[in-house]
Amino acid sequence: MQREQMEFDVVIVGAGPAGLSTACRLMQQANEAGKELSICVVEKGAEVGAHILSGAIIEPRALNELFPNWEELGAPLSVPVTEDQIYFLRDSEKSIKVSNIMTPKSMHNHGNYIASVGNLCRWLAEQAENLGVEIFPGFAADRIVYGEDGRVAGISTGDMGLDSEGKPKANYMAGMDLLAKYTIFSEGCRGHLGKELIAKFDLDDGVDPQHYGLGIKELWEIPNELHQPGLVLHGTGWPLSDSASTGGFFLYHTDNNQIVVGLITDLNYSNPHVSPYDEFQRMKHHPLISKYLSGGKRISYGARAIAKGGLNSLPKMTMPGALLLGCDAGTLNFSKIKGTHTAMKSGILAADVLFPELISQGNGGLDLVQYKEVFKQSWLHDELFKSRNFGAALHKYGTLVGGALNVIEQNIVSFPFTLHDTAPDYACLKPADECKSINYPKPDGLLSFDKPSSVFLSNTYHEEDQPCHLKLKDGDVPLSNNLPVFNEPAQRYCPAGVYEVLDDGNGAKRFQINSQNCVHCKTCDIKDPAQNITWTVPEGAGGPSYPNM
Amino acid sequence: MSILVIAEHDNNQLKSATANTVAAAQKLSALMGSSVDLAVLGQDCQSVVTQASSVEGIDNVLVADSAAVAHQLPENLAPFLADLVQQKAITHVLFCSTAQGKNVAPRVAALLDVAQISEVTDIIDEATFIRPTYAGNALAKVKTSDPIKVLTIRSTAFDGVDMTSGAASVVALSDVKDQELSRFITESVVESDRPELTSARVVISGGRGMQNGENFSLLESVADKIGAAVGASRAAVDAGYVSNDMQVGQTGKIVAPDLYIAVGISGAIQHLAGMKESKVIVAINNDEEAPIFNVADLSLHADLFEALPELEKTL
Amino acid sequence: MKVLVAVKRVVDASVQVRVKADKTAVDLANVKMSMNPFCEIAVEEAIRLKESGIAEEVIVVSAGEDACQEQLRAGLALGADRAIHIQSDAELQPLAVAKLLHKVVDQENIGLVILGKQSIDGDNNQTGQMLAALAGMPQGTFASNVVIENGEAVVTREVDGGLQQIGLKLPAVVTTDLRLNEPRYASLPNIMKAKRKPVAQITAEELGVDVAPRLSTLEVNDPPARASGKRVGSVVELIDALKVEGVL
Ligand SMILES: Cc1cc2nc3c(=O)[nH]c(=O)nc-3n(C[C@H](O)[C@H](O)[C@H](O)COP(=O)(O)OP(=O)(O)OC[C@H]3O[C@@H](n4cnc5c(N)ncnc54)[C@H](O)[C@@H]3O)c2cc1C
Ligand code: SF4
Repeated sequence: MQREQMEFDVVIVGAGPAGLSTACRLMQQANEAGKELSICVVEKGAEVGAHILSGAIIEPRALNELFPNWEELGAPLSVPVTEDQIYFLRDSEKSIKVSNIMTPKSMHNHGNYIASVGNLCRWLAEQAENLGVEIFPGFAADRIVYGEDGRVAGISTGDMGLDSEGKPKANYMAGMDLLAKYTIFSEGCRGHLGKELIAKFDLDDGVDPQHYGLGIKELWEIPNELHQPGLVLHGTGWPLSDSASTGGFFLYHTDNNQIVVGLITDLNYSNPHVSPYDEFQRMKHHPLISKYLSGGKRISYGARAIAKGGLNSLPKMTMPGALLLGCDAGTLNFSKIKGTHTAMKSGILAADVLFPELISQGNGGLDLVQYKEVFKQSWLHDELFKSRNFGAALHKYGTLVGGALNVIEQNIVSFPFTLHDTAPDYACLKPADECKSINYPKPDGLLSFDKPSSVFLSNTYHEEDQPCHLKLKDGDVPLSNNLPVFNEPAQRYCPAGVYEVLDDGNGAKRFQINSQNCVHCKTCDIKDPAQNITWTVPEGAGGPSYPNM
Repeated sequence: MSILVIAEHDNNQLKSATANTVAAAQKLSALMGSSVDLAVLGQDCQSVVTQASSVEGIDNVLVADSAAVAHQLPENLAPFLADLVQQKAITHVLFCSTAQGKNVAPRVAALLDVAQISEVTDIIDEATFIRPTYAGNALAKVKTSDPIKVLTIRSTAFDGVDMTSGAASVVALSDVKDQELSRFITESVVESDRPELTSARVVISGGRGMQNGENFSLLESVADKIGAAVGASRAAVDAGYVSNDMQVGQTGKIVAPDLYIAVGISGAIQHLAGMKESKVIVAINNDEEAPIFNVADLSLHADLFEALPELEKTL
Repeated sequence: MKVLVAVKRVVDASVQVRVKADKTAVDLANVKMSMNPFCEIAVEEAIRLKESGIAEEVIVVSAGEDACQEQLRAGLALGADRAIHIQSDAELQPLAVAKLLHKVVDQENIGLVILGKQSIDGDNNQTGQMLAALAGMPQGTFASNVVIENGEAVVTREVDGGLQQIGLKLPAVVTTDLRLNEPRYASLPNIMKAKRKPVAQITAEELGVDVAPRLSTLEVNDPPARASGKRVGSVVELIDALKVEGVL
């Protein structure tokens, strides 16, 4: 069936920092040059920012370049970092404060701001719309449209109003093809179209596999007397160290008596009994954290994977007719756990490369290989190069030794070698019976909570009667392979309780997918040991609705 | 200062919600020291008048027996009531928070140029009230600056007064004029074997603990005995036990029956969001730790496959 | 016949609202706002009337701050012809909104007004009835079906325990219940076109309406948490307890 089509100069998939920066910069240049450009941004969230979850401490470098007068324009960066503290949690009780000289430079945050990246995107979207960009929240890019010559020609938005069997309901509305000279993929970490492009165009040829972490975060309102706006805590060690897993926590004091607290669990963990959700819940009972949370009230919850492979894992970012930007490619600087400024910069650079192409009257569709050079000349590359060994060192040598190497490399000398980490995260799981089982404490309902109550606070909603957006390549794998070998880890790595193995009442097991709970973190797509789960977009507007995350 | 309650009835029967609204009126009257009258507006509604005069704590039953209000058409009721309120210097007009009350109260308030306060759940003083907003997720304490207060009263928030012990005098009012704006065509009571989920007085719901769709017949037989509607948790719907129009919860139906019986339901917050306003919650579950027990008024820790048949037998 | 549809900007139905720590209101900072679901149904009904040739023009109107133009544009994207924004930064309560709408009804010579039965923030369920009173029109509240024939609106209403059918002389006011229809999605080209359609603006002062609130909110609280009650040891004990509660 021929679908309805619309044509633009540029179609951007995803209204995150990368996509919106590209849009703003392109329009700024067009307006300056007195040229007309049609730029369309599709965003799967019901509004811009609805699906964005971040820390976040924001380094304003890229924002300064994009909107030097951002303060005047009211960008929501109002809480400067005032104090940095780094801890090593030894166990459930004890912690060691690490002195400043012992921490890598990348973890110092002077001059940065604590902010919600969701709110930053809401603001960026306003700027973009004022500049003339068309933004369509609630429309998910479902498929890539390829030209006859194999180039990327645009995307197709998903159908709306299909029932669970895929049949049209009364309010059915077919998706549309949005065609463009160039399409920007900025879906964030593990974009489902980005994944397809990387495979189709072999973009990751010759680079290390991408590595991921799962960030789980909560927003708390705490008593005024405990609140210190601008205070930043980072740390590592317990509770992940119990299962020889790695990762780190963050706790930032923002404004309005609110703090964010979160735990990033590296997804290369090997013990299938690990539940990042429960690790985070028990972590909040550590005195270092609970001293802030006791007496407070949890007001929001969410989770999102983070792409942390850095330069070593960064794929080629261009292909005929398209660019892959921001965390969709993997521009995050994991040594700083910051990806916002790098995602933005990747978008600004893309706009600089794209603009001359767009006004040159061509039909688009080229592989803008010159992006690579422009990227190499930029501070973005410098920054990622300096920290290229960070993640690999932690993976290889653990938090202590790896951490020390990072201090030396970043603060003192630059190593002339690169560490590589070639095992993909999904291949790291060991059989369940070879691993220590973990007895997570029951949530107490004050500091720690069960998954359903958490998902409730993410405002997640999916139209009830629609096809399941979590696709199993082989429907038998969860019970025939994952369950006996790994005790089906999806039950534990999914932070929203989407996957369950249930008794069917007749002594047999059943694999249940509660797709309506999905907070779009992408972990299942990453960590399933059989790589059997494919995350696809649900009907537009479905998913979490994060305020201030 | 005086208080007027508008009776809810169908020309034959005085509806029990009236007793709850009278209870609210009495709380007000205790604060203000004023009388409480009950208005019965209808046609050929003598039996309602008789019942109304035995409602506890009523001074006068004001009766308008007119063809124009046979079907409670608000176009005819509202101007009549607005006049009555002004004539009798009534300060508080109380309606039941029912389809009928909600239909008429705002129309009366607008004619009097005063605010209307909906779904009042508590009375603080003669001008200050508590009412739920955001689907019950926030309780607002509101104070009105208007001289006349037009309220609808949520019946589950006030225990009904006795409907047999009163001895009010009956006062006839003038005829109600037909404004000729609207006409009644028909009324149909939805005929079904079981009451509708959202309006049932008793709801019995099953969750994943039911284990399969066939087992829902255990719930149905109990439901038939006590005239209950049958609901389900999302887990039961997702598992394919029952169809999704039976789902109670955040994304399903919101119910607030007098009695809610949760069977084999864990009590996830998403389910609670759909039934937490129920007056009495009963939980039957074999998992001692199930969160449903934290909100249930009556908890039975038992195997539902034993408890349900026993319940059916004993009821 | 011209159809006027009133739409309200409210917190999105998927958002779990939270009472602010200072108890002055619920926290709406950066939460998603949408068109009130009952208003969406009202817009859909009006558009269907237009599609069936009964309505000549569908006008959407919203009263409130500038942000509510977003919901007006959503109405335009769904198929409304024109939009009117009644600008006011005051807290608008149902009576004030009804008065504002009354002015628009008079100015525009409206044949049918469709509103949602209530908004999911205030849960007042008043505005349609109040407007009908002020405009001297009949009202069909909680509508699950609307048929326009012989100069009359035949409205099926959802009442307690059943359905009621009434006939209303036109012009009339209808408020929508959930089952009236299932709203369509707005298509991307229509959203784009809606962005370019003009939205007429008029202020509450210009309409000469005193919108000062009659109710002041003294405090907003969380609903009391349900405490866990009594354990019963057996079915018999349970039934006895229910009898004591008076619910059996
Ligand atoms: C727990 C955590 C803590 C972090 N802390 C920090 C920090 O302190 N500082 C910092 O700078 N960074 C931090 N980051 C990283 C930062 O959030 C990301 O690097 C940044 O948001 C990436 O921007 P992006 O534009 O590439 O992708 P995203 O921000 O992920 O945006 C992608 C957008 O695309 C949309 N989208 C995706 N697929 C589709 C589709 N198919 N169709 C339509 N729309 C689609 C998504 O809904 C989303 O809005 C953190 C991340 C996490 C998870
Ligand atoms: S289903 Fe997958 S993407 Fe969705 S919340 Fe669970 S792990 Fe994340």
